[in-house]
Amino acid sequence: MTKYTEDDLREELKTKEYEYGFYTDMESDTFPIGLDEDVVRAISLKKEEPQWMTDWRLEAFRAWKDMIEPEWANVKYVKPDFQSISYYSAPNTKPKYDSLDEVDPELLETFKKLGISLDEQKALAGVAMDVVIDSVSVATTFKKTLNEKGIIFCSISEAIREHPELVRKYIGTVVPQKDNFYAALNSAVFSDGSFCYIPKGVRCPMELSTYFRINQANTGQFERTLVIADEGSYVSYLEGCTAPSRDENQLHAAVVELIAMDDAEIKYSTVQNWFPGNAEGKGGVYNFVTKRGLCEKNAKISWTQVETGSAITWKYPSCILKGDNSVGEFYSIAVTNNHQQADTGTKMIHLGKNTKSTIISKGISAGKSQNSYRGLVQVSSRADNARNFSQCDSLLMGNDCGAHTFPYIEVKNKSAIIEHEATTSKIGEDQIFYCNQRGIDTEKAIALIVNGFSKEVLNKLPMEFAVEAQKLLEISLEGSVG
Amino acid sequence: MAFENQVDIDLPVHDVRSEAIKQFETQGFPSKRDEAWKYTSLNSILKHDYSVFPKRENHIDYNDIKKYFIHDIDTYKIVFIDGKYSSHLSETTHDGIDVCLMSSALTKPKYRLIIENYFNKVATKDSLSSLNTAFSQEGAYIHIPKNKLVAKPIQIVHFSTGNEAALLLQPRNLIVVDENSHVQIIERHQSLTENPVLTNSVTEIYANKRAIVDYYKIQNDNENASLIDSTFVNQKQESVASVHTFSFGGKLTRNNLNFYQNGERVDSTMKGITIIGNKQHVDHNTLVHHIEPNCESHQDYKGIFGDSSTGVFNGKVLVDREAQKTNAFQANNNILLSDKATINTKPQLEIFADDVKCSHGCTIGQLDETAMFYLRSRGVPEKEAKALLMFAFSNNVMSSVKIPEIKQRITKIIATKLGVNIGFDL
Repeated sequence: MTKYTEDDLREELKTKEYEYGFYTDMESDTFPIGLDEDVVRAISLKKEEPQWMTDWRLEAFRAWKDMIEPEWANVKYVKPDFQSISYYSAPNTKPKYDSLDEVDPELLETFKKLGISLDEQKALAGVAMDVVIDSVSVATTFKKTLNEKGIIFCSISEAIREHPELVRKYIGTVVPQKDNFYAALNSAVFSDGSFCYIPKGVRCPMELSTYFRINQANTGQFERTLVIADEGSYVSYLEGCTAPSRDENQLHAAVVELIAMDDAEIKYSTVQNWFPGNAEGKGGVYNFVTKRGLCEKNAKISWTQVETGSAITWKYPSCILKGDNSVGEFYSIAVTNNHQQADTGTKMIHLGKNTKSTIISKGISAGKSQNSYRGLVQVSSRADNARNFSQCDSLLMGNDCGAHTFPYIEVKNKSAIIEHEATTSKIGEDQIFYCNQRGIDTEKAIALIVNGFSKEVLNKLPMEFAVEAQKLLEISLEGSVG
Repeated sequence: MAFENQVDIDLPVHDVRSEAIKQFETQGFPSKRDEAWKYTSLNSILKHDYSVFPKRENHIDYNDIKKYFIHDIDTYKIVFIDGKYSSHLSETTHDGIDVCLMSSALTKPKYRLIIENYFNKVATKDSLSSLNTAFSQEGAYIHIPKNKLVAKPIQIVHFSTGNEAALLLQPRNLIVVDENSHVQIIERHQSLTENPVLTNSVTEIYANKRAIVDYYKIQNDNENASLIDSTFVNQKQESVASVHTFSFGGKLTRNNLNFYQNGERVDSTMKGITIIGNKQHVDHNTLVHHIEPNCESHQDYKGIFGDSSTGVFNGKVLVDREAQKTNAFQANNNILLSDKATINTKPQLEIFADDVKCSHGCTIGQLDETAMFYLRSRGVPEKEAKALLMFAFSNNVMSSVKIPEIKQRITKIIATKLGVNIGFDL
């Protein structure tokens, strides 16, 4: 591999402009594989970032070099070779458009396949989309409506350029660069993501949503999301993922940081449906995500997730309940089928007084999959009157899968009230029989029962997502009846 | 090695021992980096320079230590002082059953078959158990042949006199209960001075077909004594085994309790009450491995933690793929009495079979204020009211104790601990 210098990069940028329009396949601007300080610098340069951001990335990269990949999770996989991944890939259509007509038709076609045609979206639903195809955001809608309210919703690279004071103040405050192996990697090489700022006292009038998608073979996606809800504001944020079939394992290491200031509320919902690998367990996305939110006084953060995809999931959306009277919630459905492995859960760190947290986790395992819940509830000695309720239910389908629960509870305050319960069961033969004799076939009956099992969580999703998620559950469990 | 000179190196056990030494050498003492020891650090108790083999025999008078026995009932007794067998305090037997010493079982040919079949077979090869396997010299050997109902309970008591500055004791017990037999065993470790003592005990229990084993561990040692107790229970079909652990004392107590269900329709019970204060530390680390179908396991641990004490519960239920129709229950309830006290609990389920009923529940809370108010409004003083509620809290565990004298004794210990005098027996 010849060394890739900044000059090469500039040269490449120049020449690639002209390629636009001559190819039927969408030409992507992709870095050669490998990772060193030059690559980190190149990414930063490409994003036209200020010096402090480049330094911040380099600091993360240097920390990452000395870190070891974590092995405590209950998953088995071939470790990705971090030197055989290309760390940047962007659709090469660089200029931004004011209307959809100007957008690369190839891109629009892809959107249609994903079922998120932009023109439809614009007219419908009141959902503003910040669409990310392979790392660079290419279209943003409803920006004007949001602008009127003073809400900033854009890609993180744009935010670094346009609102450096906000980004600089908050990035890395909830998930520090050195937090863990994957967070450090992400901090060094993140290519794009979303940034959202809700000003004081503003209630965001629509659900904000982004779609991430892996488009290029062999390019890991490193998304960085930063949501800041200023005092007394409210925002509901939706994140959905789909990915086309790929033979080779793809790495996805995202970082999401939420900051809810005094009296603010953030609701963060995710539907994750990356390619899970085929029935033999070949291929599939590695999903190693660090998600964390910080609650100030009277603030509330609510995580809702539906995890159906990915070959490996390693994800613990957490809440740091720093302010008094703050509230953290975690609602999760994790479905694993075939050879999927999921190790997911949450951390609730109670630091302030009168803090409350609720954890509802539903795990469904089928096929030859392994599904683990791993959670931590921590009450510090100053967190008077902390309250936690956790419930982890697992449903097993078939005899080749496994369900595991690893709840950690650490309490240092006598006024804390902590409850934790977990059950594991299977779909009862009597339940299936009941449905059968009323003319519902077994596959439908299972969908019905699974739906009921996960209802508590599905109910927490925003309307548009709930319908989609319900369908997703059915699709994910197709053919698992044995 | 001096130790090699003391033992007969021709014994088959010698191979097991040298293997165990190797195991320990590669693993070393566990640290907080090991997941199983995340919440318990051995640093504070390993800093002493322990003498491993006591230099001389010590004598104690029965009247001085009578209170440490369950003395109001007739029992067999196996008593050790500083790790050495004390024949004048003990009451062993070979009449139909064998209640005697590990040292003689390891050397005499008539026990050879049992030793070969059972010794170190169920104990895991973790570092502390290996250390015990390598260096233990003494302990209780109990073999109950087929169809015997042992008429009286067996007490195993370890005393340390503290005549040595710091003492490391490594008792090793082997209990084999054959088909249809029934035995009750009470175990206690007691230090008689303020000198630091560390006990690293390993007990292997084999409950064969339809055997019933009741095991009670009373841990109420003084606050310079530490105990690492590893118990391994191997159960064959239709056997019923229960282990009750009462932890009230000691500086650091770590209970590793492991049940292996190697047969169908096995029933395992593990229950415990922990009431500690000051800077005490009690860690319950349990494992139930469901290997065969149609088995049950019940776990119920209650803890009350005052002052700067720390309680750890790490319970694991493992259900193998073949172990269909398993019922496994696990409960861990804790009360914190002080802001300096800490509870770390991690109830784990690992399930690979689909037709099972497994659940765990875990709570951390306080004494019920309304119940407290009720008692106070009826003229019960605060201290007594608190004690009453704590007794009620731990009653679930007490109710399954089958020897009434143990119940009374535990009640008394709890009452003394709480500084109250309640006029009833539970």
